[in-house]
Amino acid sequence: MNAKAKQKLVLIGNGMAGVRTLEELLKLAPDLYEITVFGAEPHPNYNRILLSPVLAGEQTVEQIVLNDWDWYRDNGITLHTGKKIVKIDRVRRRVIAEDGTEAAYDRLLLATGSNPFMLPIPGKDLDGVLAYRDIADTHAMIGAAQKYKHAVVIGGGLLGLEAANGLRARGMDVTVVHVLDALMERQLDASAAALLKLSLEQRGLTFAMNKKTQELLSDEHGRVRAVRFADGEEIPAELVVMAIGIRPNTALAESAGLQCNRGILVSDTMQTYDPRVYAVGECAAHRGIAYGLVAPLFEQAKVCANHLAEFGIGIYSGSVTSTKLKVTGIDLFSAGDFNGGADTEEITLADPIGGVYKKLVIRDDKLIGACLYGDTTDGAWYFKLLREGRKIDDIRDTLMFGEANLGDAGHAGENRAVAMADDAEVCGCNGVCKGTIVKAIKNQGLFTVDAVRKHTKASSSCGSCTGLVEQILASTLGGDYSATPAKKPICACTSYSHEEVRAAIRENKLTSLMAAMAFMEWATPNGCATCRPALNYYLISTWPHAAKDDPQARFINERAHANIQKDGTYSVVPRMWGGITNASELRRIADVVDKYQIPTVKVTGGQRIDLLGVKKEDLQNVWRDLDMPSGHAYAKALRTVKTCVGSEWCRFGTQDSTRMGIELEKALWRMYAPHKVKLAVSGCPRNCAESGIKDVGVIGVDSGWEIYVAGNGGIKTDVAQFFCKLKTHEEVLEYAGAFLQLYREEGHYLERTVHYVGRVGLDYCKRRVLDDTEGRRALWARLQDALRDEADPWHEPQKAAVDLRQFAPIKAVLVEESA
Amino acid sequence: MIKRDWLYICRLDDIPVSGARVVRIEGRPDIALFRTLDDRVFALHDRCPHRGGPLSQGIVHGARVTCPLHAWVINLDSGRAVEPDVGAATCFRVRCENGEVFLHRADARGTTAVAERETCAVA
Ligand code: SRM
Ligand SMILES: Cc1cc2nc3c(=O)[nH]c(=O)nc-3n(C[C@H](O)[C@H](O)[C@H](O)COP(=O)(O)OP(=O)(O)OC[C@H]3O[C@@H](n4cnc5c(N)ncnc54)[C@H](O)[C@@H]3O)c2cc1C
Ligand code: SF4
Ligand code: FES
Repeated sequence: MNAKAKQKLVLIGNGMAGVRTLEELLKLAPDLYEITVFGAEPHPNYNRILLSPVLAGEQTVEQIVLNDWDWYRDNGITLHTGKKIVKIDRVRRRVIAEDGTEAAYDRLLLATGSNPFMLPIPGKDLDGVLAYRDIADTHAMIGAAQKYKHAVVIGGGLLGLEAANGLRARGMDVTVVHVLDALMERQLDASAAALLKLSLEQRGLTFAMNKKTQELLSDEHGRVRAVRFADGEEIPAELVVMAIGIRPNTALAESAGLQCNRGILVSDTMQTYDPRVYAVGECAAHRGIAYGLVAPLFEQAKVCANHLAEFGIGIYSGSVTSTKLKVTGIDLFSAGDFNGGADTEEITLADPIGGVYKKLVIRDDKLIGACLYGDTTDGAWYFKLLREGRKIDDIRDTLMFGEANLGDAGHAGENRAVAMADDAEVCGCNGVCKGTIVKAIKNQGLFTVDAVRKHTKASSSCGSCTGLVEQILASTLGGDYSATPAKKPICACTSYSHEEVRAAIRENKLTSLMAAMAFMEWATPNGCATCRPALNYYLISTWPHAAKDDPQARFINERAHANIQKDGTYSVVPRMWGGITNASELRRIADVVDKYQIPTVKVTGGQRIDLLGVKKEDLQNVWRDLDMPSGHAYAKALRTVKTCVGSEWCRFGTQDSTRMGIELEKALWRMYAPHKVKLAVSGCPRNCAESGIKDVGVIGVDSGWEIYVAGNGGIKTDVAQFFCKLKTHEEVLEYAGAFLQLYREEGHYLERTVHYVGRVGLDYCKRRVLDDTEGRRALWARLQDALRDEADPWHEPQKAAVDLRQFAPIKAVLVEESA
Repeated sequence: MIKRDWLYICRLDDIPVSGARVVRIEGRPDIALFRTLDDRVFALHDRCPHRGGPLSQGIVHGARVTCPLHAWVINLDSGRAVEPDVGAATCFRVRCENGEVFLHRADARGTTAVAERETCAVA
């Protein structure tokens, strides 16, 4: 080894392209450089693409971090976050940050990304006017959605639609403004754009097409309040998101005298005019093109790393790109030139009712463009044909029906993964081929999409190839993996689905875990953390008195009857019927807090009191001293029944909602279920108990009670659906109970009512509970029978099969040998 | 010999089948003592290599435990996290004789060399 000091590499821009280059470089030459990174954002490198699912509430910021702080440390990289570089001194070879921090370089890598383009109109600087580019923007949008109602997104392209969808998912009224008459005009043809618009409208988005925005109007506090169009129309807007395009961020490079023209000009080796300075990512213009998608940027990163590592053999010669829209439930894919022209031919397939549209554009017997809507399974294959420029005259007749149909009619779909060549690309974002995935599955024994993601990076960026990865898993594992989603095994311990397991338990009167696992030939001796709790629930819900509850098959919260906290202590939430309490209860709670030195007391979002930070050894005593029933805040069971004050006090109250709530809670508590169950009763349609987002919501009206079911206020808010209208308290108990028993009998473990009803259909539930009087009474009777001898685990632990040994640690004393 | 090197902890039946107990030794970090379905006994430092979750509170399946906080799966015989997660909880030698469970004193005292602890599965 030569003892020469390491060269210094400085990266400006701690984003997707720059850090990917470092990853590639470290693979090739881990010890060549001393690396310093400057990033203007205060975060480690994260997956910008997934800001859309974060906005839609499907993922968290923590989940989208690509390289955490440890990664930089473990690789000896000096990271300066929150520091923007303002000057590059190419003569002294130093970079200088806003706060004065300096770093010297031998090689410099620019990856400054791009800036969102803001319309230069009056009002563009008002509060509440945002772009959509980074975590800060996303947080600002989430914050605004909590406070305000009306959002306007300017720009009907990819980013604008993802922003609009996310804001809608967070409950805002969203209008998308677009200057043209078709959405995503650069990625879609008119027919596909129309279908897309229709399905977005069905999801509750509003569109203002052919509209030119002229001005943003301010309220008295300097916040935007409305958008005015060139035709004079005004619409309300407390949040405006501009998503009309991006501009390569070249200011810094320009100030350093590097040639730029719609991007920092780079050669095929990603070098700028100064050979010590490289540029990758959205800020770079290669052969006149600045790319705005990650797949080409990752290709650039590979080439750049190759040169930085002094291998000198990589050449970047541009990329063909394809587009997918990441709105859950909408499948859309486009690539190449799909608008065609005089010398092209088109093959189209349109099924407006089924919501499927496909168009393939062909020139000189070659596929040059594809636009798919509704069914995108063949997107990757078309994209491959397109990039390879392969002649398609021999497969022309079946081209439209996809790869699976090549020479093997009749096996639509399932065969696609099998038919794919090993070098065919599956994950466009990360450039992962089928062969790589198959190898990883075989060599490392992977059997879940998650594992494939961790090992190969496939499906870890935008996620749109997840379906294909599943197919590859299925075809590689054969019998070990169930092919059709309708029959997904509970976990890797079995090939049986939730339904099949339930049926087996019912039909064969299986009443213990060991018997069930033996009968169904479980692949593991006692299951895993996924299937054991599920089986235990199926056993006790199917055979209430006969089956034996196994505490070791329950997640810790249900085993300890308290919620575990991040420091290993527990929280205790006693039950307060219908949210009503009194002086002596409150006094007891206060005494318990003092006696056991409980650090935090909090009023929960479910109208009761949470004692946080209780030591496990103290739990039994805390329960005893509280002398209140278990609130089951830890269980897949009935949680709270929220109520409002109702007709007893409230000047608007039409019904005694508090009493109704207490009656429901007393009838249903101790009820275990596939997932947690929450109820609410409001005394009038003002709905102060938030009945509209509960598993069962009850709203008092003059003539009785309206019942709503399958609402959810959690990860994704779903408004409860109207179920029926009833007159008496007895009816409310019977109908609510019957609906919940149906869910208890048929729901998959960890499926909330919203997902259960989504799966079986509201009409089905209505048939079973509303139309079938006998059936309803039988359901209600079965529930009452199941609850008849269900114990309160806090006060009847033996009866509730609580293993009390867990509350006392085993004490041992180390006596030294000499003693 | 048993007396000198091994410290009596409890009876096998004091640990739930497919479950765990916490062992507390004055001045030492908590130890999680596991019992598998087939009555094998393992002991690990009661701290998950991920973010320190109490492994004793997890679900025991086969010779593994799933951490209660973020569901990492830890091998009981080595303390190592199942791939692709990386990291390990220190393991302690245990033996079970005539239904009684003993911990190796040197391990419990924390004086065993790390190399000797690579795996603590005792036949
Ligand atoms: C304590 C409380 C927050 C608070 O301080 O107010 C809380 C705390 C937790 N919630 Fe919650 N939720 C609390 C009210 C809610 C509410 C509001 C409500 O009940 O009206 C919701 C939305 C309503 C809903 O469920 O539809 C809510 C939606 C969630 C979700 C998302 C569920 C979903 O289906 O989308 C989770 C995650 C899960 O259950 O998997 C969750 C999970 C959790 C967990 C259990 C997280 C965990 O696994 O550790 C938290 C336990 C903390 C603890 O140890 O005590 N919590 N959580 C609230 C307890 C209410 C109670 O008295 O029982
Ligand atoms: C909401 C959203 C959704 C998207 N969805 C997709 C998708 O589905 N598929 C797809 O392929 N692409 C998608 N993209 C585009 C993709 O994220 C970008 O192409 C990619 O992140 C660009 O990588 P980059 O490294 O060039 O720039 P960036 O990831 O933006 O990184 C540049 C970084 O440099 C920092 N920086 C700039 N100037 C300085 C300075 N002077 N000093 C220090 N730091 C500086 C910036 O703060 C930024 O953190 C999406 C983008 C957004 C915003
Ligand atoms: S209490 Fe609920 S919302 Fe708050 S951090 Fe925990 S899970 Fe999230
Ligand atoms: S602390 Fe154990 S998985 Fe996170």
